[in-house]
Amino acid sequence: MSPVLAGVLQLLALIAALALAYRPLGDHMARVYSSDRHLRVEKWIYKGIGADPNTEMRRPAYLRGVLAFSAVSVLFLYLLQRIQGSLPGSLGFSSIDPDQAFNTAASFATNTNWQSYYGEQAMGHVVQTGGLAVQNFVSAAVGIAVAVALVRGFARSRTGELGNFWADLVRGTVRILLPLSVIAAIVLVACGVIQNFAGIHEVGQFTGGGQEWNGGAVASQEAIKEIGTNGGGYFNANSAHPFENPNAFSNLFEVFLLLLIPFALTRTFGRMVGSLRQGYAILATMATIWVGFICLMWWTEFAHHGPAFEIAGGAMEGKEARFGIGASSIFSISTTLTSTGAVDSFHSSNTGLGGGLNLLGMQLGEIAPGGTGSGLYGMLIMAVIAVFIAGLMVGRTPEYLGKKIGTREIKFAACYILITPTLVLVLTSLAMALPTPGDSMTNSGAHGFSEILYAYTSGANNNGSAFAGLNADTQWFNTTIGIAMLLGRFLPMVFVLALAGSLAEQKPVPATAGTLRTDKPLFAGLLVGAILIITGLTYFPALALGPLAEGLAS
Amino acid sequence: MTTDVTNQEDAMSTSTPTLAPHQDAPTGRKAGEGRVGAGLFDPGQLRRSLPDALRKTDPRVMVTSPVMFVVLIGSVLTTVFSFRDPGDWFGWAISAWLWLTVIFANLAEAVAEGRGKAQADTLRRAKTDTVARRLSAEGGSERQVPGTELRIGDRVVCEAGDIIPGDGDVVEGVASVDESAITGESAPVIRESGGDRSAVTGGTKVLSDRIVVKITTKPGETFIDRMINLVEGAARQKTPNEIALNILLASLTIVFLLAVATLPPLADYAGAHLSMVVLVALLVCLIPTTIGALLSAIGIAGMDRLVQRNVLAMSGRAVEAAGDVSTLLLDKTGTITLGNRQAAEFVPVRGTTEAELADAAQLSSLADETPEGRSVVVLAKERYGLRERHQGGLSGAEWIAFTAQTRMSGVDVDGRRVRKGAAGSVIAWVRERGGTLAEDADTLADRISEAGGTPLLVAVKDVVKEGMRERFDELRRMGIKTIMITGDNPLTAKAIAEEAGVDDFLAEATPEDKMTLIKREQAGGKLVAMTGDGTNDAPALAQADVGVAMNTGTSAAKEAGNMVDLDSNPTKLIEIVEIGKQLLITRGALTTFSIANDVAKYFAIIPALFAAVYPGLDTLNVMRLSSPDSAILSAVVFNALIIIALVPLALRGVRYRPVSADKLLRRNLGIYGLGGLAAPFVGIKIIDLLISLIPGIG
Repeated sequence: MSPVLAGVLQLLALIAALALAYRPLGDHMARVYSSDRHLRVEKWIYKGIGADPNTEMRRPAYLRGVLAFSAVSVLFLYLLQRIQGSLPGSLGFSSIDPDQAFNTAASFATNTNWQSYYGEQAMGHVVQTGGLAVQNFVSAAVGIAVAVALVRGFARSRTGELGNFWADLVRGTVRILLPLSVIAAIVLVACGVIQNFAGIHEVGQFTGGGQEWNGGAVASQEAIKEIGTNGGGYFNANSAHPFENPNAFSNLFEVFLLLLIPFALTRTFGRMVGSLRQGYAILATMATIWVGFICLMWWTEFAHHGPAFEIAGGAMEGKEARFGIGASSIFSISTTLTSTGAVDSFHSSNTGLGGGLNLLGMQLGEIAPGGTGSGLYGMLIMAVIAVFIAGLMVGRTPEYLGKKIGTREIKFAACYILITPTLVLVLTSLAMALPTPGDSMTNSGAHGFSEILYAYTSGANNNGSAFAGLNADTQWFNTTIGIAMLLGRFLPMVFVLALAGSLAEQKPVPATAGTLRTDKPLFAGLLVGAILIITGLTYFPALALGPLAEGLAS
Repeated sequence: MTTDVTNQEDAMSTSTPTLAPHQDAPTGRKAGEGRVGAGLFDPGQLRRSLPDALRKTDPRVMVTSPVMFVVLIGSVLTTVFSFRDPGDWFGWAISAWLWLTVIFANLAEAVAEGRGKAQADTLRRAKTDTVARRLSAEGGSERQVPGTELRIGDRVVCEAGDIIPGDGDVVEGVASVDESAITGESAPVIRESGGDRSAVTGGTKVLSDRIVVKITTKPGETFIDRMINLVEGAARQKTPNEIALNILLASLTIVFLLAVATLPPLADYAGAHLSMVVLVALLVCLIPTTIGALLSAIGIAGMDRLVQRNVLAMSGRAVEAAGDVSTLLLDKTGTITLGNRQAAEFVPVRGTTEAELADAAQLSSLADETPEGRSVVVLAKERYGLRERHQGGLSGAEWIAFTAQTRMSGVDVDGRRVRKGAAGSVIAWVRERGGTLAEDADTLADRISEAGGTPLLVAVKDVVKEGMRERFDELRRMGIKTIMITGDNPLTAKAIAEEAGVDDFLAEATPEDKMTLIKREQAGGKLVAMTGDGTNDAPALAQADVGVAMNTGTSAAKEAGNMVDLDSNPTKLIEIVEIGKQLLITRGALTTFSIANDVAKYFAIIPALFAAVYPGLDTLNVMRLSSPDSAILSAVVFNALIIIALVPLALRGVRYRPVSADKLLRRNLGIYGLGGLAAPFVGIKIIDLLISLIPGIG
């Protein structure tokens, strides 16, 4: 079987698996966030944190919940790393430096999982499992909660109430992420992913010499790493590491996991707003971009010129031989179009244009299908913008799902789309202008620039994948990327919730033949175009100087 | 022989507006396709508006348009840099074209405003200082005072030839009034005390009779003053959609500002050093200048299109709301049916033929300039082939013109006296002259007058206007529900509703019923538009999202509505809706076009900037532009010229067809989205070819 055909078959299998899970999971999530019953374990948690899960929150209260919880998370993670040296089960690792601890805390609380450390050489069991893995769950649950609040904004009328943040957070964790992770972890263990609390092993190598490998609760962390679109690997090599991702099946399964919730949330959205077709339109938009990017990636990676590439059947540098180009491309596109950032190949080693696709994928705002929750709300914001322009073109005050997109709504949406470009472009430009940050580059020319552009793109968009090659463990990068991650996560949430509150207060406008249909292929196509053009235009100059310059060099 | 042609609801005929309801487009525009979208563009306007455009470059004015303000700053910057390096033709060329971009944008706005100014001048002439004949409080003595000294509650006398000094209600008397100063319609209208035809407008002229007017508006705030402000755009405020669009454009501008401002360190690293002139050129090409430049012109032109149709919108918000309307309340009479005011049939009474009646009716109506009178002539011509005779064509005839007092018209010729008029008046007239009234068919007994032994009758019946069914079908396709309002009993209403093809009807409607209906529709999230003229319509007009008051209506109705139709043609509501939609579509289409344009501009500029350091980027130079300088300049020139090229479209509005939203979107996306992607590739290439021909450049 040719590698291209293998890739296509894997993609088809993946799509089939996602399609099978789409309905039950989407409907389940809709029930979870609409139900008024509490599980016993949830009641204990509410009692423990002193929250009343039954009060409806308006925008300010909901936002306070999100921000307060996340602030506590960052602080807790920071302190945990800072006292690691005196904790048991730390495998002898010392405490983490302040700037790296800040970076890591920000990274995991924002669902980014950018890692400026080497997991197996810095973090012990307590920090990995008690700190980072916990954040893998709750940061994902926060993302879904905010998305659900926005969906409620569309679904509800004449109220400012968006639900209860604590209930959404706890339910998302207990009823969605935990059960899925348990199942996924078992499958992963069956595939050969390790799950233990072993210490450091000395392993002999074929070529002589030795290597130190440590064990850990890898399968459990791997499961939520993908399901929660976190991406922070137990090991530095992430999903390229055989302990995390031993074979072709586990590889495909991991891609399935990281796409599972983001895609299924479109069904949840359709259910909750009372029109499945609206959910399908969003799904179609996401899927079109996702499949399109994978095909482009295959094209750049398989068809690259040069004798070495042709002998290897494509751009094999930096890719695992057990996955090949087909599967690696699916993984790298899926991870950068979601906010996962797990990698099973090295994006830096992709062809110039291939690396550019990874960059552009993140720059789209990670909305196809995007992170858990963040993908849906990011896409809905783009839909609001597209509806605004298209709505004018049909001669009415634009409306989406029966809600008018007026001055207030467009203001919040416009602020949302300003945030990540500002962070990425300003910080990249600063890093290039200042004398020292450039020292972290390990390549020169366009590729060196891509490393820095990639780092900030990944941080500000909460992706977490790295264009390997950049030495990011410097005070400058730890601090600026840390800030980019925090602002890139929570500022958008402020505007998403503001939009949600504003929508929820409106009374609905009934649809007529004069209303723009947002559940039709035409609209999905328009949305794809709007996303590509608006983002493309924003980043075109920067991309031209990085991946395009590299990729188009003959 | 004296003929009496009566009219079933003749009482109305004395006070009807001068415009026949069948005149759909009183300004002479043809109904049907393209009824929205007219408005000619004369290139000479560009030249005439140039001084205004230059005045508008004042930064304090330009700051209200964030996009163009950025271009202004860019122009200043490039000019300053050109002065520092005066030998560089490129800097000067870019500066010049950036200034042109600014001026073109202002020109668009100035041209749009210029059209209103001409109209305002006409209105001002009507407003020349009038002298009012104020009555003292006791009502006895009369004193001459300047019109500007009138206060609310003053009573003034106006006689034939007088200009009415201010807005008010007629409290005494009946008069025919020439309102052409505001409506442009030369035929006079009847104004009388009491009832729904009592409002008079300052600046209009009394043609006959004497009336006493009670002033209801302060000088300076009269209808004509407001009209001048409106057409001049002085009272123009940004509408909600315009503000929202401005926010989006501002945020796009910020995004591109970021993309350009962060570029130098990146370029320096690559080894390409970008000059300020090049950076500004790139920025101006990227920010949405096309829509930014034309946005306010589109808004002004939209209002202007209404003014051209003799509709005054009190706010731009109302025009936008018109585009959103999902329910139209239409009065049956005058809107859906030709109404009682239209002769439909000649019904001869005992012993006479229809042809005889038609002849007499035509003869007696020649001196009647009211719609009814004219409709009788038209009917006689259409139905019985009677050629229209002219008053001068009959020698020795003594014509009796229709007046508000006599409520009759006719002619005395060859000893034959023919009269046509309101039943009461004709009966009295016949009796005065010793005639007797024939008792004819039971139901018509009291309406028949005898004259020379030949009683005749013109029957008037509801006739659904031609083309209404098609219009309602169109409206349905646009997603608009039509509800017919009528005082008829439900049975009659249902029959007419079915014939006309409206979606629903409200029979035996009282003002309260109307109000309830509007509130019910609004509670369901719908926007409601209606027309009205009576004082009892006022609450409903105020409640409706778009309330169009007829100019013939009462002051109360005109105050309550957010638009006034000077032609008092209720059918125009449909056009108003279309103009509202067209306004929004034009904005959306040009925004799409503007954003789509950027793609080509990047393909022109990015290779020009960086191909020297990264030769591979020359692959992006798909247009094969001749040189980097020429490429950048071509993009800037295209960017400026496209504004001028689109001015006619902005003023005229994108063509609107009443089809479903899906079809509209597909069509407009195709033209302005895909067209916006493709057009600049062609345009920039052509400009580049021309530039490369200039010796020493290229």
